[in-house]
This record gives sequence, C-alpha cells and structure tokens, in this order.
Amino acid sequence: MHLAPEDRAILAGETGSGGHRMALEIVTSAARMLGADRLVEIASGHIDGCLYHGASGTLFCEKLVEEGAQVAVPATTNVGALNLLKPDQCRLAPDARKMAFRLMVAHERLGCRPSWTCAPYQAGARPALGQQIAWGESNAVAFANTVLGARTNRYGDFLDIACAIAGRAPYYGLHVPGRRLARLLLDATTLPPGTWQDASIYPVLGALVGRLAGETVCAVDGVPPGATDDQMKALCAAAAATGAVALTHIIGTTPEAPDRATALGHRRPEETIRLSPAMLDEERRRLSQAPDGPIDCVALGSPHFSAAECLELLRLAGGRPFRRPVYVCAGRQTLEGLATDGIDTALTDLGVIFVTDTCVVVTPILPEGPGVLMTNSAKFAHYAMGNTGHLPVFGTLAECVASARAGRVVRSP
Amino acid sequence: MTWLADPLIDGTASGPALRLDQPISFWGGVDPADGRITRPDHPQHGACVSGMVLVIERLIGSSSSSAVMLELLRCGQAPCALIVGARDAILPIGVLVAGQMGWATIPVLHLADPPFRTGDILTLCAGGHIERA
Repeated sequence: MHLAPEDRAILAGETGSGGHRMALEIVTSAARMLGADRLVEIASGHIDGCLYHGASGTLFCEKLVEEGAQVAVPATTNVGALNLLKPDQCRLAPDARKMAFRLMVAHERLGCRPSWTCAPYQAGARPALGQQIAWGESNAVAFANTVLGARTNRYGDFLDIACAIAGRAPYYGLHVPGRRLARLLLDATTLPPGTWQDASIYPVLGALVGRLAGETVCAVDGVPPGATDDQMKALCAAAAATGAVALTHIIGTTPEAPDRATALGHRRPEETIRLSPAMLDEERRRLSQAPDGPIDCVALGSPHFSAAECLELLRLAGGRPFRRPVYVCAGRQTLEGLATDGIDTALTDLGVIFVTDTCVVVTPILPEGPGVLMTNSAKFAHYAMGNTGHLPVFGTLAECVASARAGRVVRSP
Repeated sequence: MTWLADPLIDGTASGPALRLDQPISFWGGVDPADGRITRPDHPQHGACVSGMVLVIERLIGSSSSSAVMLELLRCGQAPCALIVGARDAILPIGVLVAGQMGWATIPVLHLADPPFRTGDILTLCAGGHIERA
C-alpha cells in the first residue's frame, strides 16, 4: 500500500491523536480489503453512522472522542434516531433513546456539522464537479455522483466517520474515473412525450433504474433536460432503494454525461434495454402494496422535503384541513427558512406534523402498524412495510393531498 | 482437504459451517442480540449464526450491516469466523472496530466460490488455511 509519509507517521503513533490513528487504521485496512493500493484525499464527508443501531456504535464514537479525534474535512450528519427539536415524538425505549442521543452528541463533538438530514445537498453541502468525497446515505451518494458530478462510493457505518477524520478514502470504485463509465444503457427515447408530464415519473423511473441496474453504472437516454433538483432527488433515492445504484448517467443532466458516447466512454454498452410505458406501469404498481381504499396517514419527505416541496404542498392544500395526519420529514434548516414566512405554521394548522433530524421509516414515530401509509416517495414505499408495519400506497403529491383530506385514496383524473 | 483463502482479517477458529443459501443484509436480517436470522423469506430463517463458521457468498443491502456485526461481537453472539465469496469491507469493518474497542474479534477470509456446506466441520489456521474434517 502506498501511503504518504504523514500517514505513516500517524499509523506509527509518532504524530496525531490516538483517535486519528484509529480512523486511519480503519481506512487503510478497508483499502487493503477492497484491493486499493492507495488512499485519495477527500474534500467532505456525510456521515450516516449517527443513526442508532445498538450500544456498540455509540461506545465506538465516544472512544473516538475520548482519543481526541476530529474530522479533518467539513462533514454533515445524516438523520439520527431522534428528533432533537421534539424529543417526545419518537417512541424509542428509554435506554435506546439515551444511547441514540449520546451517539448524535458524539458526532457533534467529533466536529461534524449537525445538519441531521439525508439531503445535505439542500443544506449547503454541494461538492463541486470532479471533487473526491466520502459520503454515506444511499440517496445522498447517488445525488452527489449523478447530479453534482462529485466522486464517492457508498460509505457505511464506521468507515464514513473514519474517512472524515482521516481526510482520506480508499482509492477504488467510483473514485476512479474509468470505473464511472456506464456499462448498461437504458433507452427512454421512445417513451411517449406525455410520460414526462406525469408528476410521479421521476420516482417511478428511478425505481425501475434501480431494479434493472442493480450495482451497475448505467446511462439513461431520453430524459428531457431541465429536471429540477427535487425531481432528480426522487429519481436517485428510488434507484438507490430498489438497487445499489450509486451513479446513473442521466444524459443531458449528469455533468459527466453530455451525450451517450461520453457516458459510455465511447464504447458499446454491454447491454441495452429499451424502456416501455408497460415497464413504467408495472414499476408504479409495485410501489403500492395496499389497494386504493382507506388510509391512516400520509408520509412525505424521503429524502427530506425541500422548501419548494413544502410550498407546493401548501398550494395544493388550498387552505382545506387534512382529515389524516400528514407527516412531513424535513431538515431543520429547511424548516427555519419556512418559519420566517410563516409557512410552517400554515401547514401545521392544516394537520401537518413536521419531523426534523430524523424520519418516520428509521425510528418509531408513526402509530404502531398495521396501517396504510400514502406517499409520493418511492423510497418510503420501498421501506414502509419492513420498517413501520404500514402498507404503502404510492401516488402523486396532489393525490396524497386529496387523499389526506378524504381519509381514503383519491386519484387524480 | 485444505484450501488457501485470502485473509481479510487473519486469525484462527474452528467450528461447524453455516452456509447462507441466499444473499443477506445483516441489517434487518440478523438479530444483533441473539444472532438469529430474522428475515422470514430467507432459506436459513430461524438459524443462529453465533459460534458458526458463517459462509456467505454475497452480501446485499444496507451498509449498516457493519453496525450489526459490531453489536454481535459485543454481545458475544457473533459467528466464530466468516468466509466470504466476494471482497467487501462492510462486515470486516465491524470486526476491525471491535478490535479497536478491545473486544474479541474473529477471522474473515475471502475465498471465491466457497465449497463448504452447512454442517462441515472447519478449522481455520493463520494465513488463510482452511481444513475440512
């Protein structure tokens, strides 16, 4: 393994804190296991390990703190298991709640910016084109690679914080330019133009991309240019939930993919799949596991709802109150922005329950299942049953609003 | 018979093999408190990984599986060794962190297409050597 002299000195205990050495040992060991022969300097981290999975993770992070570790690069935090602004919102048992809180505190003490959001790109963390980063949280990884053109693999618990402390990551996978080229081509050019008018096409297409691509880097040709951040967010999150997609070249949108030839590295794709309306219809059907009928709640914001999405929700609601609770998961920074215009109060008055710092599928907030949850998020639809016991019904935001008002699924004409 | 594997984390162990016939995500698939496989649709549903030489051809799903591995080691419910069919850092990182915490660790060996069946009695020696009784 080729290591810089300063890294060798840290590993030998000649310089740096004990916590720094622990982190660098994890990074170099991971590099060796993955077959990387060197490390790459990173510009930022996004840390997924602040979500509580058991006491051992808390004890490890607290040991890093005790040993003097600090992040070497700007690092944002993903969601934790608690809403720190409304501590009683989550029904974790007292012991777990205490350890989950200690885990979040430990990340702050390591120098992470307490963003507590799965959409750091909505909270100012927007790495530049070509920048090497080490991010966790599958949707954030997919967004950083696909929309921003930054370079990261999917970093998970412990390795994410270790990279941020070391300021380095194993040089392998999507850090390496040649490994970013698409090998699979999904041809969407023959879909009828009306396809793109559908308000839920992006999450549905994303779910299909994930199912077809799995772990393979693929290119999608035919998506009209000009997709918004929120549309791309929905697509990336869906693809990273139904598959292990970390990068999709949306030709004309992804900065590295101005055209088909560039996305494919001027090679022929190993496989080409022509997307049809029937495939999209089938994917949309998969996202609902309950029939259209009564619903218990609506859950929005996976990934975290943006300010623009909150405004759209308020517009669609038209001042008429909801008959079922509408959970809106959003970053605290987004919520602070809404508060200055009174948007948050207006939504709360209609029956919206804001969930910050965490989300309803990673920690017990919803009433215990069974139940039926309606959502416009393919990611919520994918994880709802396993994590909350609620059967998902998928629809557009307008359908979610009409259904929350009626207490049962209302489809748009 | 003996095999030579690539030791991702070197060490020695001995015990009965438990082969997972389908890929698994430890997060949402293995109970960290008692080592049982909890996914109802998994062929080894109900089996316990504790103390076994766990043979996994392919890992899928959440990278939070590292955290489940660490929790199994802390609770004393971990397998006695892992033999993985694909290079991957997710589970080994849980083992690595356990070592840094001063908790007992286990060897993790990489062997493509591991031929072992559930019930085989395996002995793992330092350097990646595997013996089947």
